[in-house]
Amino acid sequence: MKLSYTVLEGEYARAGEASSAVKKVLKQLGVPAPVIRKIAIAMYEAEINMVIHANGGVVDVDILPDKVFIQLTDTGPGIPDIEMAKREGFSTASDEARDLGFGAGMGIPNMIRNSDFFNIKSEVGKGTTVEIAVNL
Amino acid sequence: MTIQQVSEILNAEVLTTADKLDTVVDSACGADLMSDVLAFSAGHALLLTGLINLQAIRTAEMMDMRAVVFVRGKKPTQDIIDLANDRDVILMTTKHNLYAACGLLYINGLH
Repeated sequence: MKLSYTVLEGEYARAGEASSAVKKVLKQLGVPAPVIRKIAIAMYEAEINMVIHANGGVVDVDILPDKVFIQLTDTGPGIPDIEMAKREGFSTASDEARDLGFGAGMGIPNMIRNSDFFNIKSEVGKGTTVEIAVNL
Repeated sequence: MTIQQVSEILNAEVLTTADKLDTVVDSACGADLMSDVLAFSAGHALLLTGLINLQAIRTAEMMDMRAVVFVRGKKPTQDIIDLANDRDVILMTTKHNLYAACGLLYINGLH
């Protein structure tokens, strides 16, 4: 099953709607709650990052018999130092993002912690692609 | 401990539809940083926070939490209450601060 969502730039109030929709579908499919939680956390963190760091983007979700694969693609500013961005506590988030309860430098570590496969590709000035897979 | 007991201990006002107050919660966490909740609160059923926005509800939803308690007497706007009702998350507000609210629940057996 393939699902696709558009995440809009600066839509702070709507950030998380795509993750919520995917969570609902997985629940309907009977996926165990702990697995759904892993997928929801990883995707939600990635979706929040897309809103607060990039200018929105597209989320493609592929629900396969043995795993859920999520690809988040944006055309935002890109990440100059990915290894630094993976560190717990490192953040370049704005005050607006911090007001939301994010921007504490836990986003990418949380994605990695909750995924069975994680990959991030980024080019400054062009954008970032995050790939997350969770085994079912 | 039921949500009803939580509301009594914290002298909290229930803000969402009051039909699931017999829901049992067996652990809780207190935080204003939602990323910390997402990272460290798996399995907790109750979130106490001073962060009043839609993301507090969405975080609770992602974590399968049953209820959110807003501290320091903060009252959410109607869109926050509507989202919580839609996602089956019970909302309460208490005049206690975060430290005191967590302490009161802890000494009453909610760890």
